[in-house]
This record gives sequence, C-alpha cells and structure tokens, in this order.
Amino acid sequence: MKAVSRALDIELKEVDDWCCCGASSAHNTNFDLSIALPARNLIAAEKDAMDVMVPCAACFNRFKTAEHHLKADKDLKAKIEGIVGAKYQGGIAIRNPIDIIFNDIGIDVLAEKVVKPLTGLKPVSYYGCLLLRPPEVCEFENYENPFMLDKMMKAIGADVKNWSYKTDCCGGSLAISKTAIVVEMCDRLMNGAREADANCVVTACPLCMANLDMRPSEGKKLPVFYFTELISLAMGLPGSKDTFKSHIFDPRPLLSQLGLI
Amino acid sequence: METFLEEVNKKINGVPLQRCYHCRKCTAGCPMTKHMEYNPNKIIKMIQNGQRDKVLNSSTIWLCLSCETCITRCPNQVDIASMMDVLRQMAIQQGTVREANVLKFHEAFLAGMKFGGRINEPMMMVQYKLKSGDLFSDALLGLDMFKKGKLALLSPRTKDMKSVRNIFEKTKNR
Repeated sequence: MKAVSRALDIELKEVDDWCCCGASSAHNTNFDLSIALPARNLIAAEKDAMDVMVPCAACFNRFKTAEHHLKADKDLKAKIEGIVGAKYQGGIAIRNPIDIIFNDIGIDVLAEKVVKPLTGLKPVSYYGCLLLRPPEVCEFENYENPFMLDKMMKAIGADVKNWSYKTDCCGGSLAISKTAIVVEMCDRLMNGAREADANCVVTACPLCMANLDMRPSEGKKLPVFYFTELISLAMGLPGSKDTFKSHIFDPRPLLSQLGLI
Repeated sequence: METFLEEVNKKINGVPLQRCYHCRKCTAGCPMTKHMEYNPNKIIKMIQNGQRDKVLNSSTIWLCLSCETCITRCPNQVDIASMMDVLRQMAIQQGTVREANVLKFHEAFLAGMKFGGRINEPMMMVQYKLKSGDLFSDALLGLDMFKKGKLALLSPRTKDMKSVRNIFEKTKNR
C-alpha cells in the first residue's frame, strides 16, 4: 500500500496515536462504543486536515457509519463528543484506496505506469460486503455490481473474469468463533472463481484477503492477492515480491509459471 | 406496558419494523439463512408477535454476520442489521446468549483493545481460547502464520491509553 501510494503520488501520514475502530465486536455489543471509537480517530485525523484512507472494508464501514450517525443526529453527536472529550467537525472525507486510485488517480494514469503487464493472470475481483453496504452510508454508485477493481486489473494487463460473487460475504466476522460455517462460505467463493475460469482472486479488503487465503478447505484454495500487491508487481516497484512469501497459500508457483516473477 | 415490538423499535431508532411487508428479500439475500434456526424475516414476524423469549434466546441473532445485504435490498429501508445489533445487546443484558463463543470472541477482542488500544492477535487468541475452552483449533494455522511473519508477539500500542479507557468507561452498559 505504501509503495503503491508513493508511486502514484498519494501522500500518506499515519493518524496520530490511532486506536482500533472496535470492529464487529463493538457494534454487536455496544452502540455508543461503536461510534465513539471511530470518532476518536476521526477527530485525531481532523487535526491534520487530511482525508482518511481506510483500506479494510470493515474499518471503512465503521468509520462511515460513525460519520453518518454523527452528521444525522445532533443529540448523539453531543453525547459522543462528551464521551471522547473533543469536538467532531466533520470536515474531512473517509476514503477507501479503491475509490482514490480509481477516481482521483484514474485508470489511464495507472495503465501508463505499467512496466510488466500481468499477462496470463486471470483474477476474479472480490469487494466483500462492508465496503459498499449499505449504499446510503458507504456512498458508492454501483454497490451490487461494482467494477472499479475489475477496470484496474484490466489496466495492469490481467484478464479479469466476470462472476456473480463480487459482494458476497466471506464470513470474516465469525471466522474464529464459527469456523466450520466460514470454511463453507470461503469454499463457495473458490468454487465460483473456478467456474468463472479464474486462476486467482483479487480483493479490495485486507481482512477478506486474509480470510480467503486461510480458510478454504485444502484442494479448494486459489492464490489470493490484495489488489496493491498486483499493482506493485505490474509497476515493477522495488520489493513488490516480498509480500508473496507471507501468504498462507503460496502464490509464487502460479506467478513463476506465468513468468511474472 | 411497552410491547416487545415498541421496545425494539425505540432502540433501532429508525424505520419501524411495522414497515416490513414480508417480501422476504432480506432472507433471499442472507448468506446465513441456511444455518439459522429462524430466518431474518421470521425474526421480524416474531418480534411483531411479541415472542420476546424465543427471539432473544435464538442462535439466529448471533449467526448474523452484519454483512448488511438485508438493509441494502429492503424495499422499505427496514434496518435489519441494526435490529440484530439491538437484539444481541438485549440478549446480553438479560443473560440469554445462545452462541456463547461468539460473545466470548467479542469480549476477548474488546479486552485486547482496552489493554492496548489496538489488537495484538496472539494475545487476543490466547484470551479467546481461555474463555471458550476451545484450546486446539487453528493451532497449526497459527504456527504457519507465525512462521510467515503474519503474527507479531509484540505490536505497538496506543500511547494515550487513558483516552481509550475513558471511552470504555463512559459507554459501559448499565
């Protein structure tokens, strides 16, 4: 993410002294907590007057949900400001890297920077559930059949395949406490990818990436990439191969067979 | 006396559940329906019927993944995902949590946050395993993740922990 951002002139600064957004665990058990934790981070980011870029779909969703409630409900805003101990201005945008690269940088600029097109790579694009839903909160236009990632993959030379599981949930939030069900959900996605004639999956969310990399049954697995790994590879950025060794299902045999590494 | 339906509506604080005309679109799109004892539409019907105990004792509310497909597709903007949050919180308060391990995971996660402001995965997993008694599942996967550098035993914490603990203190369920 950092290397790709640098190469695309996206200036990054870590939010000062951030804390976790509370994820499913906060909103499942305590509404006020689930708004106050992202609000603390948003208020910290406001001090730098920079927009917040949130790669994880679930974190992105929690930030957008907090923003949605804080802007719609004055009483709640006052209550949350009391809890956090600081004022929320609401002046900065919450963005996902997919949206920034697709809309601000643009597909043409991305295509120009490709030095090694990913010929032979046939990914299906997977957006996950929480990046796009609900649409009034996440504010993406095409929330049932998104195409931002598909167009990016095409721009870097991959033969992206169409499928109907782009926004089906991978079960991430119950991966540890209800593992058997989540294995079944991941297997279903892997089956769908194979039916679409894909040889790998590319995700818009790092947590979906981890879940799909770890949880499918043996024999069902396909290499799974977070999208900036592939952009970095196509742009020939230094260190672009370093992340592949940390995958649970090793993508290197596929990539070397295609002559990409 | 307040009915169960009124109580749930008040807590959702949005579109009232009476708006549901039972088209079952929520249920058609829900990825967990086949694992649930009552599907999402049935839960709405049961709330309308005042079946408080059955709803708050059901596994359904803990199997909901909060993927928000239901609210996205509901033609009447009934916020079923928020409804599930509200029902879980009510079940916690009255002490009828059917899927204990799901709650134990959330508790381990939040305990990790209260300790460091950010999640340290190995520590959270140890917490969860001690709470749930499910000691050995994922042990090999954990080892593999560790070898591949995906798990760090030590990770940076939030410095201003006072502000984080303060948020937990002030939002405590009473």
